[in-house]
Amino acid sequence: MAVTENGKATSHTPTTARVDRFRGHDYYNVDDLLETEHILVRDAVRDWVKQEVSPIIEDYSERAANPRHLVKGLAEIGAFGPSLPEKYGCGGMDEISYGLIMQELERGDSGVRSAASVQGSLVMYPIYRFGSEEQRMKYLPKLAAGEFIGCFGLTEPNHGSDPSGMLSNIKDDGDAYILNGAKMWITNSPIADVMVVWAKDEEGVIRGMILEKGMKGLSAPEIHGKWSLRASCTGELVFEDVRVPKANILPGVQGLKGPLSCLSKARYGIAWGVIGAAMDCYDSALRYSMERVQFGKPIAGFQLTQKKLAEMITEITKAQLLAWRLGTLANEGKATPAQISMAKRNNVQMALEVAREARQIHGGMGITNEYPCMRHMMNLETVLTYEGTHDIHLLITGMDVTGINAFK
Amino acid sequence: MKLLVCVSKTPDTTTKVSFTDGDTAFDTQGVQYIMNPYDEWYALVRALELKESAGGTVTIINVGTADNDAIIRKGLAIGADDAIRVDAAGGSAYFVAKQIAEQAKAGSYDMVFFGKETIDYNGSQIGAMVSEMLDMPFISYATKMDMAGNTATIARDIEGGQEIVEVDTPFVLSAAKGLAEQRIPNMRGIMQAKRKPLNVVPAVAVDEKASIVSYALPPAKSDCRYVDAENMDELVALLHGEAKVI
Ligand SMILES: Cc1cc2nc3c(=O)[nH]c(=O)nc-3n(C[C@H](O)[C@H](O)[C@H](O)COP(=O)(O)OP(=O)(O)OC[C@H]3O[C@@H](n4cnc5c(N)ncnc54)[C@H](O)[C@@H]3O)c2cc1C
Repeated sequence: MAVTENGKATSHTPTTARVDRFRGHDYYNVDDLLETEHILVRDAVRDWVKQEVSPIIEDYSERAANPRHLVKGLAEIGAFGPSLPEKYGCGGMDEISYGLIMQELERGDSGVRSAASVQGSLVMYPIYRFGSEEQRMKYLPKLAAGEFIGCFGLTEPNHGSDPSGMLSNIKDDGDAYILNGAKMWITNSPIADVMVVWAKDEEGVIRGMILEKGMKGLSAPEIHGKWSLRASCTGELVFEDVRVPKANILPGVQGLKGPLSCLSKARYGIAWGVIGAAMDCYDSALRYSMERVQFGKPIAGFQLTQKKLAEMITEITKAQLLAWRLGTLANEGKATPAQISMAKRNNVQMALEVAREARQIHGGMGITNEYPCMRHMMNLETVLTYEGTHDIHLLITGMDVTGINAFK
Repeated sequence: MKLLVCVSKTPDTTTKVSFTDGDTAFDTQGVQYIMNPYDEWYALVRALELKESAGGTVTIINVGTADNDAIIRKGLAIGADDAIRVDAAGGSAYFVAKQIAEQAKAGSYDMVFFGKETIDYNGSQIGAMVSEMLDMPFISYATKMDMAGNTATIARDIEGGQEIVEVDTPFVLSAAKGLAEQRIPNMRGIMQAKRKPLNVVPAVAVDEKASIVSYALPPAKSDCRYVDAENMDELVALLHGEAKVI
């Protein structure tokens, strides 16, 4: 079947374009806790995902191709930096709306959500929060409009969970700094126009800076061979004596709290986002189990299937309440990084388990691209690891409740 | 140009329909509502396109209770300028038409848009009634519409073909598939919608002329029977004896 991207026919024929029969699930009437605006936001993004993402995502994932044409639509709908001020071309929305946008995007695919997370929380947010007014006006409207694609460079080949050990460094050279080093696992680096990069100055203090594609000495090779987040582009960033004008340094922050505050934003979005992936798997499993007949009755009628479904919806419901409460705290400016860690860790693990159980309910069909479960499951392996691994978030909670650092 | 778009709230298309109160009322328990797609996708969007090309304002109107504000806000988020909600718990098509006609008269609109029908009751009555009450021409089932000055050229689907109608403003129109394409509201629109006026006005008194006596569900579909392709005699016997269609 020929598939179209924004009306244009693609050059090849994808193997499948399944009909998206998704319906949201709200066992505890969490909708009653939301405002009209939130429901509008959620339904709008849900409609957009059904229209633009569902018909193409299995194909792009299978080919490990980046559906770059979605950037325009993501910008039009307002998925880039929705909670930043309208003055910069952003949405001016609250944190719950932001969370619901992430939920619906990840219902489509974690890779699509990642693109929005990186652009909004890891690129636009630090420019807004730590940048000068000039930097904001220069970059934010274009990033919001999708004219620029951004990436965020923190992780290094030898420093993942321990970013404070980073080796990337800058040396003063008059009106510029000279940047050397390398970053690894950077979402969208090969296609990025703008890069927010973290490196140490001569005093060993972490500084944030804005790089632009085409700077001399800057390259961004793509990382191939991923079995996860295949519809998202990942690469390295290599800096060989890159001259970074001093005007490109983010003036408002020094130290690890710079990148960590961005990660808090993105992790918050992930805590919501993965509920979408989980709901998609549950929704598909519920429908499949009612339609698939074995031993003369729908497999939904067997206790073992019901156990799976009942546990899935229970866990999804708990995750929804956790996210909603976290969103309420975030709106009041009271959500702590440790609270965000707890929600990220719990909800990602929940989604991964739901995806695995849902995959089982689909039997052999579950491993194919006729159903979304296996794709979500593979994606969620990345989500479990990036933005702070599952275990690192546990250590954060551990440190928060005991006051004792168990990292080193 | 002043455009009025009438929008109603309908159950989501996947709703399992059931009735209460001795089959005289629709059971709203657990039902999710949407804006009637013919109103949203075709009537509202075509009105917005006209405004975008020729200037003017688009007002949406709904007859209902505060529960309907969510779909009204959606209409504003998609791009309408303001909204009127006639505060009433509903009533017959005649009741609703009276309310809309009252507001339409007061606002002296150049065009009044309806969806061709609502996807729940499929009445297709209100547009025609309103046009009669306003003494304006009514063009139903419009699938295409072009404006030149004050004259609209409208294509409408008729059995086995198309009819092309020319009409001067003011007029009333009902929109069918093809008139426009669905627009998904964006975040900016949703934020702006919060600041757009939604005027709640009281209903006028109406003498109801009809009431619903009861509802019934269509008979449940019976099981699908498979007949071996080799066994035509059995198929013929079933079609004749059981299905009684031959
Ligand atoms: C697809 C993808 C996209 C990504 N995008 C970005 C991006 O855009 N920008 C960016 O900066 N980074 C990005 N990352 C990097 C990601 O954040 C890191 O992979 C992550 O932080 C883990 O680092 P690491 O892979 O080096 O693993 P390591 O830190 O080497 O961890 C390996 C294992 O050791 C465990 N571990 C480490 N320290 C401890 C400890 N103290 N106690 C107990 N266990 C420990 C970890 O939990 C993990 O299980 C991305 C990663 C992936 C896979």
